[in-house]
Amino acid sequence: MSDHEYTPKSNFGKWFNDRLPLLTLANHLTDYPTPKNLNYWWTFGGILTFCLVTQIVTGLVLAMHYIAHADMAFDSVEHIMRDVNYGWLIRYIHANGASMFFLAVYIHIFRSLFYGSYKAPREIIWIIGIVIYLLMMAAAFMGYVLPWGQMSFWGATVITNLFSAIPLVGEGIVTWLWGGYSVDNPTLTRFFTLHYLIPFLILGLVILHIWALHVPGNNNPIGIDVKKPSKDTVPFHPYIVIKDAFALLMFMIVFAFFVFYTPNILGHADNYIEANPLVTPAHIVPEWYLLPFYAILRSVPDKLMGVIAMLSAIFILAALPWLDTSKIRSAVFRPLYRQFYWILVADVLILGYVGAMPAEGLYLLIARVATAYYFLHFLVILPILGFKERTLPVPLSITEPVLGGSSNLAAARDDSRLEKLK
Amino acid sequence: MTKKKTERRDFLFTATAAVGAVGVGATVWPMIDQMNPDASVKALASTEVDVSSVNPGKTITVLWRGKPVFIRRRTQDEINEAKAVKLKDLKHPEKDEDRAKNPEWLVMLGVCTHLGCVPLDQKGDYNGWFCPCHGSHYDISGRIRKGPAPTNMEIPKYEFVNANTIKIG
Repeated sequence: MSDHEYTPKSNFGKWFNDRLPLLTLANHLTDYPTPKNLNYWWTFGGILTFCLVTQIVTGLVLAMHYIAHADMAFDSVEHIMRDVNYGWLIRYIHANGASMFFLAVYIHIFRSLFYGSYKAPREIIWIIGIVIYLLMMAAAFMGYVLPWGQMSFWGATVITNLFSAIPLVGEGIVTWLWGGYSVDNPTLTRFFTLHYLIPFLILGLVILHIWALHVPGNNNPIGIDVKKPSKDTVPFHPYIVIKDAFALLMFMIVFAFFVFYTPNILGHADNYIEANPLVTPAHIVPEWYLLPFYAILRSVPDKLMGVIAMLSAIFILAALPWLDTSKIRSAVFRPLYRQFYWILVADVLILGYVGAMPAEGLYLLIARVATAYYFLHFLVILPILGFKERTLPVPLSITEPVLGGSSNLAAARDDSRLEKLK
Repeated sequence: MTKKKTERRDFLFTATAAVGAVGVGATVWPMIDQMNPDASVKALASTEVDVSSVNPGKTITVLWRGKPVFIRRRTQDEINEAKAVKLKDLKHPEKDEDRAKNPEWLVMLGVCTHLGCVPLDQKGDYNGWFCPCHGSHYDISGRIRKGPAPTNMEIPKYEFVNANTIKIG
């Protein structure tokens, strides 16, 4: 909470605030001291909040027209597309909104990786973020099942079958998840229920995520602790609000482009064929945002080990604050980490690409190398790098390099200086 | 050290906690078990199939408990091929005789044991089935030969009611 006491001006405000301090909360949120050097990569928190609200609002409206029954779900989605007023628009916003949500969350996560936002004292913020990310994947997966097309049905079959890899109880768990001996109506109705529930769980976790953020305050591009409030900070309103709003507008242009010009490019044509339990589509692929993990799953030739590798790839992120042994947060002052960071970005993009390709020949080989590198990055490179890397000198404050007195930040960006340090 | 005396109150605490735990368990269990297959799903346990129109070398696919079942009438060449495979070459060793009681008829769940896709007929490196999802190859006895699937395709419980009818389940 704010360092200074807040007293509402009006008598009614005082009376109300003494009983429920909502005005104190509002004052904290507007005055919240924010590092003044935050760049546009810091605007994705606000963008993600927008995405969550968009999904909840459009989802609520879609649920008024959708019918969660194996015999009617597919037709009800077509009914939304053809008959319901603006149904096409609302469904396209919801479907592309999921992709936009993941696009923003990946930028948000990689922002954290670059600037070391997951490090002490922000571990809890990071872990809550990973839980939100897991819930997002669960919600997206179950949402994709609801139209009851071929990809819905077979995606659901493949993903629920992952649990059958568990020794002894696996088959029982899968039957329990399905409510039958295959993906069928009971599976659809429970997925619809959970798909409706999860966004509200995410909303609750987002509040905790922001609460945990407001204890130490934002990290910033040079990754040093900021005294707040001080000349290194600006109030959240209006400075950050207007910057976030501008970034959100830019983001909405991209969003609108997909919705209005290529609404189906991120989907799969097979999902416009109604679910058929007798025919598996020739090439099953998940949505683009799950492809890197799908590539990891397929790169391991053993069923149980493949599932373990895929889950580890996600859960390893939760251990990241302790795997990265470097005390320096920002990659700006970590010349070696910066290079490994970009290799990791490329590695994940490669995994995503081979995840969309058939699992054979050269693609399989590339997937295996990329999977091995992914784990190598987190389990070997990061722990060792913290001890071996010669980091650049870090400025004492955000203001210092700007006002002179030290040229460390400028030096950090100067690669010729880097050579001399070696 | 004096041994702590057990009092009447300690007994009451333990007893209350034990009854409470049983109560919570009894309340939670219906919430969990409601997700298991219900009576109407279990009622569809068996299916009878007329196979008189299936020619040698052809496969029909029927739905049983929401899952496809392959019924293949194998040719003599295919039977010979299935029997010729050495057990040591198999990832999940099973004799063809144990999988097809009547060697002419192979009845098995058409579900890949990897992640549950439906394999394609007469495809793959072993002249049997091929799963397009993650590349598992099965032979003409439905045994896994190559790829990520851990076991052979499952043989359901079935019997010949008469020469032309198979009852699955």
